[in-house]
Amino acid sequence: MADTVKLPEDSFKPMTPADRAALDSEKIAAPSLTFAQDAWRRLKKNKGAWVSLIVLAIVFIMAFGSIFVSPHNPNAVNPSYANLPSKIPGIGINGFNGTLVQAGQRVDAYKQAGASAGTYYIMGTDYLGRDLFSRVLYGTRISLIIALVATFFDLTIGVTYGMFSGWKGGRIDTFMQRIIEIILSIPNLVVIVLLILILKPGMTSIIIAIALTSWTNMARLVRAQTMELKSQEYILAARTLGERPLKIAFKHLLPNLSSVIIINTMFTIPNAIFFEAMLSYIGIGISSPQASLGTLLNDGQKNFQFLPYQMWWPALVLSIVMLAFNLLGDGLRDAFDPRTKE
Amino acid sequence: MAKYLAKRIFYLILTLFIVITVTFFLMKLLPGTPLTNQAKLSKSQIALIYKQYGLDKPVWQQYVLYLAGAVRGNFGTSFQFSDQPVSYLISSRIEPSLQIGLQAIIVGVIVGIIIGSFGAMKQNTWADTSATIVSILGISIPSFVLAVLLQYYLGLKAGWFPIAEWGGFSYTVLPTLALAFTPLAESARFVRTEMVDVLSSDYIELAKAKGLSRMGVIYHHALRNSLIPLITIVGPLAVNIMTGSMVVENIFSIPGIGEQFVKSVLTNDYPTIMGLTIVYSFMLCVVLLVTDILYGIVDPRIRITGKAN
Repeated sequence: MADTVKLPEDSFKPMTPADRAALDSEKIAAPSLTFAQDAWRRLKKNKGAWVSLIVLAIVFIMAFGSIFVSPHNPNAVNPSYANLPSKIPGIGINGFNGTLVQAGQRVDAYKQAGASAGTYYIMGTDYLGRDLFSRVLYGTRISLIIALVATFFDLTIGVTYGMFSGWKGGRIDTFMQRIIEIILSIPNLVVIVLLILILKPGMTSIIIAIALTSWTNMARLVRAQTMELKSQEYILAARTLGERPLKIAFKHLLPNLSSVIIINTMFTIPNAIFFEAMLSYIGIGISSPQASLGTLLNDGQKNFQFLPYQMWWPALVLSIVMLAFNLLGDGLRDAFDPRTKE
Repeated sequence: MAKYLAKRIFYLILTLFIVITVTFFLMKLLPGTPLTNQAKLSKSQIALIYKQYGLDKPVWQQYVLYLAGAVRGNFGTSFQFSDQPVSYLISSRIEPSLQIGLQAIIVGVIVGIIIGSFGAMKQNTWADTSATIVSILGISIPSFVLAVLLQYYLGLKAGWFPIAEWGGFSYTVLPTLALAFTPLAESARFVRTEMVDVLSSDYIELAKAKGLSRMGVIYHHALRNSLIPLITIVGPLAVNIMTGSMVVENIFSIPGIGEQFVKSVLTNDYPTIMGLTIVYSFMLCVVLLVTDILYGIVDPRIRITGKAN
């Protein structure tokens, strides 16, 4: 064994206390992350969820920004510009350049209507010459408001009901669960329709109807989770120390319920949007002069054979919003509950 | 088991009783009468019509009569079609709805199972990705948008299927497809998650170690265990189809109860609305009961007594 490694003498000197302090072997290299930070980090890794978040941010800004800046008035009628197809500046592709197939020939609808060269309707106009883009923005705004309201009731009624029921347990719990079961055994749409009949169609009645029906799922999940948490040691400790139940609920239960709550909220939202669009589509939701994605779809569907863009645009926007919420919900579920993703 | 069943049936009846009571009193709150041009009628004529509909009695008597009738399947007379009992209206229209609904749920769930288990088997490959895309699209695109697109492209343009109306199997294809897409997506998602879970469990490892073929492992061990929990989402899927059918039947002008429900709402036909509400709730209750019992039978790990909560 001639090739033994020759180590220098000074490698074998004992460490001085100063050396040891500089090395700091106990130090944790990565910064410690809180639960929320950790979830945020995981969410950012999920491309679908991240893109959805950006898309939703854009949709929110455009829909609510259109209160102040709108390309046209969504309700302004202009019969001479009726049924113009979409025309986007700088895009020459058929379908986006203001041309239309009429009697087998592609004609420039804008020229026919006598519109000046600078007239652009990004999504075209409807049968009364109203700007479809502004109307879609308006309809999206209504959808988003409905979504926010549904979330609000989910968080207030649903969470409180579920926590109370789970915390109390026993007879009260059984009774409260029976109520939920009864609500769940009537199809949601039927409940909503009955309420709308009583309250007269319109925005308010849709909101009330969705408020009354959307919270049940949340209440059930929160209850199940509360019952599980109730038997944990830290809750027992808090009770032994004489903490008031309300404070336990806010300080100990709510933070531990947060992931269940956030995830479920993300699935309530597309549901609420779907219900509003559907009710307006069959004509018992938001009524005609007002725009909603449902009424726009219904109007567009009538002319789908000849003016397909009138349905494609609202359908596309509705689907994108729903898709974004669903993807974000999936991403949040994986982020908050890493066990679900294998 | 018998005790559990009795308890569940009791709750089913209680639920229906509450549904009937609530809808009855809600409908009493509403304005409107069966009379179309009230101004032209004399007092005695109005009284006669009220008597025909039983509206001359005090509300509690009407309620008791309605309840007694509902138990026997008699929901009064329609306001809209003045000589037709609601029960006849419903029973003559329920068949198309049931057929489309059942077809949609069967097609949706079966295709969903295939797509979902395919995705789980080929985890993180292009097959998995496309299965995920299909299921997320299915959840995001509303059935009524899909219905119009199918009607236009497969019905009008391609001419493969009739565009609307009712009569024979070919008429059911498009509405079934439109309704089946959501159950398809939901069950594909569900099966995929379950299957991924099952495939990583010890008994699958054992089966592989025994030298079973890949299909043998999937078919005999993985599939069965991942399908059991699927029963739990049949209830929510049934609700989804009932809701969807109201619009889809309208789009394809199918003479079903969904179309009738919307029509009754638009014409304020209260007795029909009430009757249909009760029928819908009854169907949903039965579906929920059957799936709960099936779940207990199929999966012995679930103690049926514990599930009552």
